[in-house]
Amino acid sequence: MSQPAQAKVNQPMKKEKVSSPWRDAWRSFKKNKIALVGTFIVIFFIFIAIFAPLLMPYEPNEQILLDRFEAPSSTHWFGTDDFGRDILSRVIMGARISLMVGFTAVIGSIIVGSLLGVVAGFYGRWIDTIISRIFDIMLAFPSILLAIAIVAILGPDLQNALIAIAIVNVPLFGRLIRSKVLSVKEEEYITAARAIGMSNFRILTHHIIPNSISPVIVQGTLAIATAIIEVAALSFLGLGAQSPDLDWGKMLDDSRAYFVQAPWTMIFPGLAIMLTVLGFNLMGDGLRDAMDPKMKQ
Amino acid sequence: MDREPILEIKGLRTSFFTDDGEVPAVDDVSLYVHEGEMLGIVGESGCGKSVTSLSIMGLIPSPPGKIVDGDILYQGNNIVNLPEKKMRAIRGNDIAMIFQEPMTSLNPLFSIGNQLIEAIRTHQNVSKKAAWDKSVEMLKLVGLPRAEELMDDYPHQLSGGMRQRVMIAMAMICEPSVLIADEPTTALDVTIQKQILQLMKELNQKLNTAIIMITHDLGVVAEVCDRVVVMYSGKIVETADIHTLYKDPKHPYTKGLLASIPDLRKKSEKLYSIPGNVPKPGSITEGCRFAPRCEMAFERCFQEDPALYPCSSDEHEVRCFLHAPEEVKP
Repeated sequence: MSQPAQAKVNQPMKKEKVSSPWRDAWRSFKKNKIALVGTFIVIFFIFIAIFAPLLMPYEPNEQILLDRFEAPSSTHWFGTDDFGRDILSRVIMGARISLMVGFTAVIGSIIVGSLLGVVAGFYGRWIDTIISRIFDIMLAFPSILLAIAIVAILGPDLQNALIAIAIVNVPLFGRLIRSKVLSVKEEEYITAARAIGMSNFRILTHHIIPNSISPVIVQGTLAIATAIIEVAALSFLGLGAQSPDLDWGKMLDDSRAYFVQAPWTMIFPGLAIMLTVLGFNLMGDGLRDAMDPKMKQ
Repeated sequence: MDREPILEIKGLRTSFFTDDGEVPAVDDVSLYVHEGEMLGIVGESGCGKSVTSLSIMGLIPSPPGKIVDGDILYQGNNIVNLPEKKMRAIRGNDIAMIFQEPMTSLNPLFSIGNQLIEAIRTHQNVSKKAAWDKSVEMLKLVGLPRAEELMDDYPHQLSGGMRQRVMIAMAMICEPSVLIADEPTTALDVTIQKQILQLMKELNQKLNTAIIMITHDLGVVAEVCDRVVVMYSGKIVETADIHTLYKDPKHPYTKGLLASIPDLRKKSEKLYSIPGNVPKPGSITEGCRFAPRCEMAFERCFQEDPALYPCSSDEHEVRCFLHAPEEVKP
């Protein structure tokens, strides 16, 4: 018993205590209970999305016409809709589609937005002027209106809704990373890196991008929540998923007419949207607290 | 004077182009440093010390800055307007620089070892292992204890003094022949200052690196430098070897600077300070730039700009009409 204790004293804090800034952020994130709840919700929905085919009790498009508008029961936990389709199965399938669309759209806009933002912030001058003005113009439209316009041009389906939402979010990330790059660029370690003869490209990839990325991670988490709402909104308006495809927004749209008669047709997909968005928001807030150096004690 | 200086600046003029026109931050500065020599550049804030050093490194932010005139000769070759790629090969490898703020001069996201290895591999095509060994050796050379463990540490885990040692290690790792130290001790407390200065002197003697020490603190210069250049408002006002400057300062500005060092042995009511502030670069176009603050100024000082006049000992020069040779005097 005393042997290992001795060994520990003799080799004080070697590998285990190395605290990188990322690890510090994780440590403070872990302490944030509400953020952990949010993370749990997010993981729960991701789990459902991944294993959707195994979890669905029925085929989501299977119509049992004898069971139309059945209230939640032991056979249909969330009830059935106007075609006798099992709502639980549809919510589970909807999780897969909504999350996938949300993630893909946000990742797409992060990639494009960051690229433009880094170029604008780092190289400045006319290239910055052009990119920033394009962002300004895009941000002058209410995002959902711009998304509707883009879908109108591309044609209404889920994939185009995804593209529209990705495009709408590009200036959000572009501006964020541009402003961060502008401030990181002036840091003394950048001058120091230049003074040891590092090339612009290497400074960009090794110093500027890693130091500018944390607000993007935070904003990305929050943006997934918004993207899920936006996809749902587009589908609700009939511009996203088209039958027989489904997502949560489409389910809301389909059951709009029967809300009084069969409220469960709307409550469960609505609840799913709300919970997912809440989860991402709580997690995003926690990430921000953990990663913002100004809030560190 | 038969030795060829390792670095020589001739008539350097670096300007910033603003909405109000050209503002010369460094105006006609000439200086040199020999191999293994320690040169001090002294002056108040805004006198052009840092712009001079950034000009040497080719790191003047452009626009708005630009080297308008003059040559910077490194080993006899002009490095002004060298293509960026060639300049990069010189930076860090031949001429290195350390900065005032050790707290912000290291990338917070990478370990010390990572950054040192990066510095070596920027210039030398060596294996990671070799770079690692060299880094550890360098950390030991700058007097850091437990060098191997430090390699895995992150900048925020080190104190200011330790970080400055790491910065020095990083600057010296490619064995440059010139090291520019821009106020390396200003941000450190006094006891650490002394250690860092000693370290730099040691490295200077051990590795024969020429060091240009930029500071506003004449005490720092007295401690380590061989020769001093005093700058005021973008111009050199006096240059001399360290003993001459302290024993026999000629320029009223140098005298003022020396008088404003607090003397702990004397108990005086008030500390001396030179009245007024450093003029904004470009604001004085006529006469000696120090004249408005000078107690000895006379009419001519406001009309003509004095040249650098040689004094008794051959390396002592001063920009003041009081010390002008007879034939220049009216």
